[in-house]
Amino acid sequence: MIHRMSAALLSLAGLFIAAYLYLYKIGKIGNLACGTGGCETVQWSPWSQIAGIEVALVGVLGYAGLLALSLAALRPELVGRHWPAALLTSLAGIGVLFTAYLTYLEIFVIHAICRWCVASGVVILAIFIVALLDLRRLARTGNL
Amino acid sequence: MAATQAGMKRFYTLFAALAVVGLGVLGYLLTRPATVSIPANVTVQASDTSGFAGYVKGSPTAPVEITEYADYQCPFCQTFATLQMPTIEDRLIKTGRLRWRYRDFPLQMHSFARLAAHSAACADEQGKYWEQHDRIYEGQSEWAGARNAAPLFRKYAEAAGVDMGRYDACMQAGKYAGRIQADYNSGVEVGVTSTPTLLVNSRLYRGRFDSDAITKLVDSLARNPAK
Repeated sequence: MIHRMSAALLSLAGLFIAAYLYLYKIGKIGNLACGTGGCETVQWSPWSQIAGIEVALVGVLGYAGLLALSLAALRPELVGRHWPAALLTSLAGIGVLFTAYLTYLEIFVIHAICRWCVASGVVILAIFIVALLDLRRLARTGNL
Repeated sequence: MAATQAGMKRFYTLFAALAVVGLGVLGYLLTRPATVSIPANVTVQASDTSGFAGYVKGSPTAPVEITEYADYQCPFCQTFATLQMPTIEDRLIKTGRLRWRYRDFPLQMHSFARLAAHSAACADEQGKYWEQHDRIYEGQSEWAGARNAAPLFRKYAEAAGVDMGRYDACMQAGKYAGRIQADYNSGVEVGVTSTPTLLVNSRLYRGRFDSDAITKLVDSLARNPAK
């Protein structure tokens, strides 16, 4: 239970980070609180969009999905079920891989680091880890 | 069971607290007033664009033309202007292989981007466009975080040898607000969504933003213009 609660809280934090970056990108807020300027370099680089879709928007949708799933997984009838944990682990795993690709672009292609992107990376990695721990818990209790 | 219920209650309390804080911060950021000194979204008059289609350097007979849509306050544009453009200029523009056209695309969230573009336009009146363009990009870290960037742009113009009486009058009148808006509108029309965006012979460029990639592209197009 604690793992799914943690996943929900982390997903909410990730959702706010992604929403902040997306609102900045569509011009709804002023400058990003970044300090180094690396956030703007990354956010306005050609790699801030994938097939015309803002990467920050992909983050908003991804975290919203993880939040909905982790909250649903807290329902009493789903607490002992395996599939919500497996689905959460799979989605968070995709998020980790996507984040790894974006981090590669930041370091080796754009040559700038966005602190908010790093924060999001830490959040998605943490969600992945707690989801894995939830799967292990279920395996130990014989629910796999 | 009671322990589980207490745990759930603590979780929902923490969840609600995080949601309230997050929504509060986003709400504050959304309602905070933005600062723009040169008017945005002005109605473009025919006189704003007569004979003007960007700031051009390079031979009129160069086989390839690249149009750059950029924002003076965009850090990626700054890196491109200061690190890649000198090589592109030496290799391609000065040798007559490439003509470069610079157009303003000031993004709304950059409070000084339009002011910077206007400062460069006022310097252009006196034949000092590229000097001011380069100085504004070189000084981006100095002015982007300032409370008021106008005095810094003025300092750059003075160092570039601009007549300051004419410059001040031009800036105070917001003389080129329409021209900047026209550039922005033209960018929107061709599909510009981020900066810098390059158009190579009027087609959106999707490749790498470095001098080597652009040199290869220009060489390839020069050999095969129909490509």
